[in-house]
Amino acid sequence: MKITNKIIERHGLKMSEYERIQKLLKRDPNLLELGIFSAMWNEHCSYKSSRLHLKKLPTKGKQVIQGPGENAGVIDIGEDDAIVFKIESHNHPSYIEPYQGAATGVGGILRDVFTMGARPIALLNSIHFGSPSHPKTKSLLNGVVSGIGGYGNCIGIPTVAGETKFNKTYNENILVNAMAVGHVKKDKIFYSKAKGINKSVVYVGSKTGRDGIHGASMASAEFNEDTEEKKPTVQVGDPFTEKLLMEACLELMRDDSIIAIQDMGAAGLTSSSVEMASKGSLGIELELERVPCREENMTPYEMMLSESQERMLIILEDGKENYARNIFKKWDLDFVIIGKTTESKNLTLKYEGKLVGEIPIDALSSNAPIYDRKWVKKKINNDKIDIKSLKKIKIEDALIKILSSPNNSSKRWVTEQYDQMVMCDTVQRSGSDAAVIRIHKKNKAIAVTVDSSANYCKSHPITGGKQIVCENWRNLISVGAKPLAITNCLNFGNPEKKEIMGEFTECLQGIKEACEFLDYPVVSGNVSFYNGTNQKNIFPTPVVGGVGLINKCNQTIGHHFKNENSFIILLGKTFGHIEQSCFLRENYYILEGNPPTVNLKNEKNNGEMVLTLINKNLVESAHDVSEGGLIVALSEMSIGSKYGLKIEKQKNLRNLTQYLFGEDQGRYLLEIKEENLNDTVKLLKNSNIYYENIGNTQKDYFEIEGEMKLSINDLFKINNQWYKSY
Amino acid sequence: MKSSVIVFPGSNCDRDIAVALNKMEFKNQMIWHKETTLPKSDLIVIPGGFSYGDYLRSGAIAGKSAIINEVIKSANAGCLVLGICNGFQILTETGLLKGTLLRNKNLKFINKDVNIKVINNKTKFSSNYKKNQVLKINIAHNEGNYFTNSDHLKDLKNNNLIAFQYCDESGNVNEQSNPNGALENIAGIYNSNKNILGMMPHPERMIDNYVSNTDGINLFSSLLN
Repeated sequence: MKITNKIIERHGLKMSEYERIQKLLKRDPNLLELGIFSAMWNEHCSYKSSRLHLKKLPTKGKQVIQGPGENAGVIDIGEDDAIVFKIESHNHPSYIEPYQGAATGVGGILRDVFTMGARPIALLNSIHFGSPSHPKTKSLLNGVVSGIGGYGNCIGIPTVAGETKFNKTYNENILVNAMAVGHVKKDKIFYSKAKGINKSVVYVGSKTGRDGIHGASMASAEFNEDTEEKKPTVQVGDPFTEKLLMEACLELMRDDSIIAIQDMGAAGLTSSSVEMASKGSLGIELELERVPCREENMTPYEMMLSESQERMLIILEDGKENYARNIFKKWDLDFVIIGKTTESKNLTLKYEGKLVGEIPIDALSSNAPIYDRKWVKKKINNDKIDIKSLKKIKIEDALIKILSSPNNSSKRWVTEQYDQMVMCDTVQRSGSDAAVIRIHKKNKAIAVTVDSSANYCKSHPITGGKQIVCENWRNLISVGAKPLAITNCLNFGNPEKKEIMGEFTECLQGIKEACEFLDYPVVSGNVSFYNGTNQKNIFPTPVVGGVGLINKCNQTIGHHFKNENSFIILLGKTFGHIEQSCFLRENYYILEGNPPTVNLKNEKNNGEMVLTLINKNLVESAHDVSEGGLIVALSEMSIGSKYGLKIEKQKNLRNLTQYLFGEDQGRYLLEIKEENLNDTVKLLKNSNIYYENIGNTQKDYFEIEGEMKLSINDLFKINNQWYKSY
Repeated sequence: MKSSVIVFPGSNCDRDIAVALNKMEFKNQMIWHKETTLPKSDLIVIPGGFSYGDYLRSGAIAGKSAIINEVIKSANAGCLVLGICNGFQILTETGLLKGTLLRNKNLKFINKDVNIKVINNKTKFSSNYKKNQVLKINIAHNEGNYFTNSDHLKDLKNNNLIAFQYCDESGNVNEQSNPNGALENIAGIYNSNKNILGMMPHPERMIDNYVSNTDGINLFSSLLN
């Protein structure tokens, strides 16, 4: 078949990229080879627009065992334990087919984790939908939530934390980011680097079907009117098979049979074989007629580009074939030797004895195009909002409006659809600042959480980038965990637009600054560009997933008030920054202005102080102050607890509304028992940490002196009504 | 006391129940579904999960598996059998327990802590509980809506074969405290000999104060009596 311009375009390749292929091959590619280039060179697999910027992120630290570049990042949590984790997007497929898109997003990220030898112990997600009033939102929400649950519940990994947000910017392009966390012994980590010539290349797992062909290319383009037609490119998930594959792989990993292992994720058989060969500077030869197929008459092109789920490629040590085959037989999974490693440094594809394609591995990996795309700095809108010029609204009414809004309502409707308890090590479940998972049979635990702030990132990308890292760090601190490292999922619009590339560059700048300052390195991640439809791009939405360590799991604390008559300490300074606040957005629909600034030095000092206080057992409960400001944070400590609070009249206050609803950063709320107050205050004063003693807990009522008094039962109802009525 | 936990492909609470049994000092063995003989056991547990992916119908394929004939034989010979969640569904598929588990009334998977009441505390599974004691216990299922015909329901009531009912914190059994639509708030039942217990809630998740509470412990400790 002659390669025409139309065929090149259909493969998502630019003319200049096609010419690069001709130069690298020193000939025209055939259709199979063109398909392979298209699968490897698309944005999703090659990171061609982001790679230059990603290099700037801090990825090292003494806690880091493996940074970006492997299936997932690995960090040290002491003794012989390590944690493997990564977040990944499945935005485009989830918009087209929400249940399967979300389910396979979970399946894919789980494989990245158990491929490295780790048993997955927690799942998290960050899901963003359009406006609740948009006609598609309801069915997308239902589909995505049941898809995430359907996969995680069946495979038996608890889904323990996440965020569900609504914003009309996602009307035509939702975000579904899934994160998986696993536990592994340090000497049992598996990598994807091939070693040795003539080693067996083994295909295990499900059979290959025609689903998902060109999935990665679809995820590398904007949506348009034809989006509905792309349904066949969405893969179909089978969590049952994944469970078997996971158990079989982990069983095989007890032994030393595996040289290298790679899951078949985006771009399936193509990317898994190229990855392993490229890392080992070797070649791979595959005999494609041996590939187990689900459908009849599949062509080499379809086999190489299928994104059928629940498949793995393994390079085995000599003589281990029978041992490994028996394990997969036990689990009723396919096990076929489909090729071998070679010296050639080529990807060599044969079908029924005939050579059907041959491409230098380098051409697909290190010689893939890299773009230094044009970008422009964000024009910052420095408008200040004079709150006194706005129509006056009662504190109580503003609070009710926020607590009953889609974005700030209790997410129980969502989280009760996920099994959070299976594996029986979930110490803190969804709804906490961070979920806490005990390391099985040990006394230590990890804390995990995901965060994003699209509104902040849109209005001021550098600050927004910093803020999400800091908020994530604060969430871990609040449960008593020492933050160790993050993974990030960078959801942006079309990188070929200089404004979008600017948002990307500046958000990354913010993330880098915060991560460096907090010694909070990035160990894995994923970039998702082209989130938009018909030229309308989404708000920049980087999502950060963090992992922290709790040395003794009895030292973790929650965010619900635990006692009556405790003192409530607000740690960190309140300036009353109201622009970009939930208060203005929900009550006045005002979206202008800058987000609150982030002072990294304060973040670090305040965070470390909170951790010290928690470790000294001085704190009953703690909560970070974020979206909605002080009053929303206080409500969240009361809702679900038996205790409310009484906040005394503040003296010398410029404006109570700004004090209560401002979203200044670096703040925490701490519940301190009377007998611990002196010790706490002494530590705060000695370290020059700014704090205020703002009031006390009390039974049943949430009260701001002279302003409002609501029963905590009412508060609970207000916070729990939206999802029920939607 | 010797216990055997049957492991099907797709079982996913097998490790959790093994941890609970070991903690309570049962001598426990894991039995793979392809086995055709069972070791001598005082207790057989069919754990929760999604056996065979719950394809066809939850528990249906496991109910026809190789090992299940051995379970049926042992059960009929008086061995104690505990089926939790998917295990309960499997027991109804084998006919060892009557009735069936329909989809939850709200058509969604439900995971939360609920209250259940001990209706019969005079069995080998429940003697360490008080009658009408309220337990806080975790449920996690898509098909937990128990249903049976009116003759069997009469039989359950007349012969004190209802093990647990969903209730509120104070022990009131009513519609508000029914999480999944189960007939008469039934959360677990016995066979007529009371040597087989099927229940939707997960007692193995309630043995440890760090992750939940210890309301499940007495079920296991009763068995040791």
